[in-house]
This record gives sequence, structure tokens and C-alpha cells, in this order.
Amino acid sequence: MTVSKLWVVAEAAEGEVLSTTLELLTKARELADTVECVYAGDDADDLAETLGEYGCETVYQTGDLEGALVGVPLAAAIAEAIEAGDGPDAVLAATTYDGRDTTARLSVLLDRPVITNVVDITLDGETLVGSEPVFGGSTDVQTKFVGDGAQILLVRPKSFTAEPSDGDAAEVEDLDVPDVGSAAGAVITERHVEESEGPKLDEAEIVVSGGRGLGDPESYTMVESLAKSLGGAAGASRAIVDAGWVPYSMQVGQTGKVVKPDVYIACGISGATQHLVGMKGSKHIVAINKDPEAPIFAVADLGIVGDVHKVMPQLIEALKDR
Amino acid sequence: MNVVVCVKQIPDPADPGALDPETRTLNRDVKLILDESDSYGVEMALQLVDNAGEGEVRLVSMAPRSERGGLATALAMGAASATLISDDALLGSDALTTAKLLAAAIKDQDVDLVISGSESSDGYTGTVPAQIAGVLGLPSVTAAKAIEVDGDTIKVQRQTDAGYDDVTCSMPCVVSVTAGVVEPRYPSFKGIMAAKNKPVDEKTAADLGFVEDQVGWAGAQQEIVDITDAPQREAGDVIEDDGEAFAKVVEFLEELKII
Repeated sequence: MTVSKLWVVAEAAEGEVLSTTLELLTKARELADTVECVYAGDDADDLAETLGEYGCETVYQTGDLEGALVGVPLAAAIAEAIEAGDGPDAVLAATTYDGRDTTARLSVLLDRPVITNVVDITLDGETLVGSEPVFGGSTDVQTKFVGDGAQILLVRPKSFTAEPSDGDAAEVEDLDVPDVGSAAGAVITERHVEESEGPKLDEAEIVVSGGRGLGDPESYTMVESLAKSLGGAAGASRAIVDAGWVPYSMQVGQTGKVVKPDVYIACGISGATQHLVGMKGSKHIVAINKDPEAPIFAVADLGIVGDVHKVMPQLIEALKDR
Repeated sequence: MNVVVCVKQIPDPADPGALDPETRTLNRDVKLILDESDSYGVEMALQLVDNAGEGEVRLVSMAPRSERGGLATALAMGAASATLISDDALLGSDALTTAKLLAAAIKDQDVDLVISGSESSDGYTGTVPAQIAGVLGLPSVTAAKAIEVDGDTIKVQRQTDAGYDDVTCSMPCVVSVTAGVVEPRYPSFKGIMAAKNKPVDEKTAADLGFVEDQVGWAGAQQEIVDITDAPQREAGDVIEDDGEAFAKVVEFLEELKII
């Protein structure tokens, strides 16, 4: 048995469908007879080919939201479709800023819970069962919905591998957005892009991250130069983001980005559970830390017990001639 | 201006306890502390009220067994009072129910702004702030890294994947803040002493207008069907740096054909 109709909350940046959306569509094809997308914007025509290729039959777009934060209007539109009988039995969104807002708002409108932090989804008849890691990923909890009504799941990025299904371009249809009054009072007035060199953190094949063990903000340049010499991206633990050494967009962890690179090099990171959740899916892990008891060594394929201030400069120097 | 800050009292993350296999809830029979992610919201609220020159910061929290350890910290930082929702019937409440209860404790207050953390450090659903706003019918801005009050609107820098957005929002509204936005103050000795006399108003679910089958396990529309050990990575070689350990890393990267 499968779910009859499932909607994926599609997201795009600069005219490109986000990889998290394609991951969700890939999984959705296993879970539902009909897979469709809902999209906050007016440029779904540009996305229809890619969405269709990954199994979306129809994409419903809200039209121009004139800068409004998408959570409130998008959730209202989905809820209205469900109440009118045209909506889905289940809604999947990725754990992004807008995905969280949308599912949280939808949850209130439909009086249904959201199963969050999902890394896998299975079926129990027509009921979806979400699997969520707790305690830094040492334990998985399986949660399912009870009672009637739409099932809403918020899925962590990189939980599934995106695979095309060779479908035709999705149909594009307009979705009515009801008037939501003052709840829609949040409007974006300007966007700022913090440019970083090299590959994006959550797409890079190699990630070098630094933590509190670096000692001071200046030492973070070692992380950047090591990342650069390997053609990778630089990341950070929550501790040094909270301390203001590097911007939040560089944070790897439960709060922050989930990365699954080919190689992850953790420098001066102890491996708090909140960090491990964001990186332990990496194919290979190297850790450099002076504390032999640091939890990061329990997940590392190669662990160096040593001072980052000694090992990293040597490593950077050795890679210079490559 | 009056700011309500939603704070969560959680087990010390250094000693998080475990899921009780019988009740399938977090075993919270340990002393609770203020969730560190909420200390940023408390600090932000204190600064906003300070800048406004009038008003106060009030706390709202839901915790088992009338726990006040975390509230004491936030009161010592400078919050004026607290509402504590505590009731055995609330055990097992899901995030939506939690949001409804918190919203019920906020709705009759004269409040300009509700602040919370972006997600708790233990449950980390990250949906509660927008759910509270949804229940109250207020606008919300999540993932704020800076807040500035401008008349009856606020200007927020909202975190995005690429950088941040400037967002304006009418008040009253709900804002969730990311960690690291401000440096939370340490409670002073005077603050700690003063906190002992600050009012904490304790409410049950019934006080807030809920009946038993709306909350806790009875009201939850989701259930845990299984708890399993996650597949674990095996630890590899751990070597002590003898001055040449960097060469092992080079070797490792060579084997993977990275270099």
C-alpha cells in the first residue's frame, strides 16, 4: 500500500531546483501513487522540466508573493487545497528555513503534528513512519502518525540520494493563496549573499572544519588554506560560530548544515553530538585533536592525537608541492 | 516594550539521560538547566527592553515536576517574572501541543514581541516558534541573527543558506533567534539573589483551558513505534603525533586518490 497523493514542498535558488527537493521527490516516488510539488513563486515554468525528471507530475505555484516570507502564505494555500479536497494526503518538506516555517504553519492550520528531523521514511499501510536520530545519532526513533488527516514530515537534507526517473516535464498549475491577514506581516526587503570562495559547503567533496581547539579566531586561516589546497570547502563547529569567529552559514551540525563529503577533516573539534549529527555520514573522516578522549575519534577513520598548530602547518606545507 | 521569551529547561547536554523504554519519553529525572540556545533569546530581549527604556522581559516555560532551575538562571540574568506550565498530564506532548500551551500562556499578556531560540538543544524540532505564531495568528520571523526595533515594526536580519535577508515585520510578532547573535550575560550575584524573589506563576493544563485528552500522550497525534540502535561507524586508527603524523594524513589522502 502507498499514500495516494503526496506533495513535496519544492524550493529553488537562482532558478535551479535545490538538491534537497530532488532527494525528496526520489523518495516520494516509492511512497505515493501521485507525486506533485507545491512551490512558492511564479517561475515554476523554469523548474518544471527538472521536477518532472524526478517524478513530479504537477507543480502548483503560488505566484509572486511580493517578498513575503513564504511559510505563512504557502501553508495557507496548502491547507486550503486540503480542505477543498484537492490536496495531498502527505506533505514532505526539507529541513530548510522556509521548509520549517511552512510545515510549522501548516501543522497549526490542519491541527496535525510535524514529524521532524526525519532521515528515512517507510510505509505502514497508508501511514508514513519517519525515522529520526536522537542522542547524536546513537539511537533511531521510529514515529508514525495517529488519527486522520494529512501527514507532515520535515526531512533532513542528504537523507536520500536523488535519482531521476526520466519523467516528462511537470504540468504547471496555479494555486490559490487565501488572505491570511496580519499573519503575513513579515516581508523581505533586501537579500545579502555572503560569497565564499571554492565549492559550497554542503556540496563539496572535501570539507575541512575547525573548532574550539584552534584556540583563537586567527588560527581559522589554517582551516581555510587546508580546504583550499584540497579544493574543498571550509566549515566550522557550533562553538566557534557562537563565539563569532566565522559566520553561521559555515556551521556543520544539527543546527547548521548536514555534509556528506568524500573526506571530512575535523581540526580541533571534540565531536559534540550536535556536530556529529551533521557530518558522520561522510565517507571518510580524519580528525586532529589533542584530547585522546575526544568523541570525534570514535567516528574517525584516521585520528591524530596532536596539536592542530603543529600538525596543520606541516600538512599544508606537504600539500603545497602537489 | 514588553518581550516574552520562551525558554526550555533541559537536561545538561553533557549528561542528557536516555529514552525511557517504558514511557518512550526522555527520562528527565535529572536536574534541568536553561537550554543554552535560549540564553541568546533572553539576552536579546533584555537588550531590546533596555534600548526601549521601558517595559520588561517575561519568561514562559513548560517543564515537568515544577522544575525551575533554568528559569532561575534567566531570572537572574534580568527577566522580571515567569510563567511555568507544569502538569503530569503534559508528559508526551508533541511540539504542536507544546506550542498551543505556550501560546495559551502568552495570549492574554500585553506583549509586543515573543522571542524564542531557533530550536531546543534536546528535542530540536525547530517548529515550535512558528507554531506559536500560528496559534496566536501573529507573523513570525525565524532564524534571526539581529533584531532592531523601529516604531511598531522590527527589522530583522534573517539567516539564509546563502547569507541573510533583511526582513521587516509588524509587531506584535514572534521571532526565533539563532545562537551566537549576542553574548549572553552571566548572572551577577545581585541578579541571583534578586531572582529568588521574582514571581513565578505556575499553571496546569486546565488553568490554560485544556482538557486532559488534548495534551500529553492522549492528545498526541504521533506515536513512537520503535526505538533502535543506529548503525555506528567503527573507529579507525588513532595515532599519537610524533612530529610526523601529518605524513599519515597525506598517505590517507593519497590512498583515496584525493591528491
